[in-house]
Amino acid sequence: MAATEAIPTTVWRTNPVAALWSTMVGKKVVMAVTGAVLVAFVIGHMLGNLKIFLGAEAIDTYAVFLRTMGEPLVPYSVLLWVVRIVLLTCVALHITAAVQLTRMNWAARPESYDTKQSIATTYAARTTRWSGVILVLFIVYHLLHLTAGRVGFRAGEFQHLSVYHNVVTGFSVWYVALFYVVAMACLCLHLDHGIWSALQTLGWNDARSTPLFRALSRVTALAVFLGFISVPVAVLAGWVR
Amino acid sequence: MKLSLRIWRQKDRNTPGRFVSYEVDGVTPDMSFLEMLDVLNEDLTTRGEEPVAFEHDCREGICGSCGFLIDGVPHGPRRHTTVCQLHMRFFKGGDSLTLEPWRARAFPVVRDLVVDRSAFDRIIQAGGYISAPTGSAPDANAILVPKEAADTAFDAAACIGCGACVASCPNAAAMLFTAAKVAHLNSLPQGQPERDERTLNMVAAMGREVFGTCSNHGECEAVCPKGIPLEFIAALNRDVIRAAFRRRREPLHVIGAAQHPAHEDVCESNSAQKESST
Ligand code: HEM
Ligand code: SF4
Ligand code: FES
Repeated sequence: MAATEAIPTTVWRTNPVAALWSTMVGKKVVMAVTGAVLVAFVIGHMLGNLKIFLGAEAIDTYAVFLRTMGEPLVPYSVLLWVVRIVLLTCVALHITAAVQLTRMNWAARPESYDTKQSIATTYAARTTRWSGVILVLFIVYHLLHLTAGRVGFRAGEFQHLSVYHNVVTGFSVWYVALFYVVAMACLCLHLDHGIWSALQTLGWNDARSTPLFRALSRVTALAVFLGFISVPVAVLAGWVR
Repeated sequence: MKLSLRIWRQKDRNTPGRFVSYEVDGVTPDMSFLEMLDVLNEDLTTRGEEPVAFEHDCREGICGSCGFLIDGVPHGPRRHTTVCQLHMRFFKGGDSLTLEPWRARAFPVVRDLVVDRSAFDRIIQAGGYISAPTGSAPDANAILVPKEAADTAFDAAACIGCGACVASCPNAAAMLFTAAKVAHLNSLPQGQPERDERTLNMVAAMGREVFGTCSNHGECEAVCPKGIPLEFIAALNRDVIRAAFRRRREPLHVIGAAQHPAHEDVCESNSAQKESST
């Protein structure tokens, strides 16, 4: 058995998740699953934001609802914290896998081409890593901004649970609003490639459904983009004040 | 017609290479790209220079030996065409073209446009087989193969292992090749007994050979001379998930730990297990 002795063997884990995590394909599966959770959140969040067009009352009540949901079974804001922890875990796993896979991909092509043409790939696909990096920065800023009120507001301006007031005040600063729009453009690019990519990584497509999934991906990305930017744009335009 | 070529020249694995420019005259439209290089090489030989090394065998698009980038596209500008089947009628006199070898850590340049693709052989060795009783030939209809399965297997088997998919992939991933090889046997009844082991073994081998991973760019599908579709990669992903979840009896010993250099920090536990298993 000299021939096989030269090839190292390894024990494949019995735990399916551990087994998956030990392969590159499996790490992508983790990215797809955590990405799907984040996409679901983003769509829900976008729809929630639209309540601002129904008036201060509607969105402020909604913010209270997010904290009282599940009562009296679960105490005030516990369910919200569960969701927050799940989301942060997903973000952490998504990024860990992304960093590891990116390093492996870079290692796989140490010498780059002198002349190389891209034929099939898209701008969104080529920039996923970078739109992802910008999104992380955005999430940090956004949590400090509209959740914590630590940045982007003058002292005393931010009022906990007065979402309407906070959003209008926050986006009255044009460069803050602009940053949100730019970040949402990155989100749009990220999702345009990300959604169908996740479906392909999970192996749910076949020759017939691939174009459909690609279209679904693009439509969702654009809908999320337009839904999100409608708020800062409306504030800047003075439609919401 | 007359062409200017900018060709990657490299003496051997360890000597750094560089581009050298050449002029070829007397190219006719009915020549294949390789025949055009033959003309150049004859000229170089008569001038006492080293001919340009490139790989070839069948010259009819079925062996998978040939392949390099022409102006940044593996196998050149024609879809579903190997360089040996690419004819000079698709070029114009006066064109200047850059010829470059596949670039991937797993495919070291051996000389000029020739790379070492034995990493592909090792992926096939890891799982590209079935166990079957030998002896007298079985009846042809002893195992019924559904028409769809036969067609899928046949489409997958069209892969000639040329490596263009790796070359075109921004991540130097071997997913399209491996997916084709896995789908070839996994879609047939004869491939079922070893299905999960085959999938895991070949995927592990892919990591060990330091290929990258799929970001679903689709560049591979676009340059594949055999038109292997991206959906085979989806099928491979599906099979990997299936294999991971069906292994619940005893730990499976597969050949090849993940030994990707960028894996070292993430797969310490793997190498620890490797020690205990030997
Ligand atoms: C223009 C776009 C967006 C607007 C106007 C917006 C608005 C808001 C507001 C007002 C809150 C505070 C809600 C509250 O405290 O009850 C919030 C929270 C949050 N947003 Fe956004 N958001 C936007 C985009 C995004 C995006 C793209 C993501 C993620 C990819 C995101 C992630 C979060 C997270 C994680 C929270 C914290 C939720 C929590 O409080 O637990 N947001 N957003
Ligand atoms: S999948 Fe296509 S490009 Fe890749 S090795 Fe096979 S024939 Fe060549
Ligand atoms: S020489 Fe055989 S495929 Fe080109």
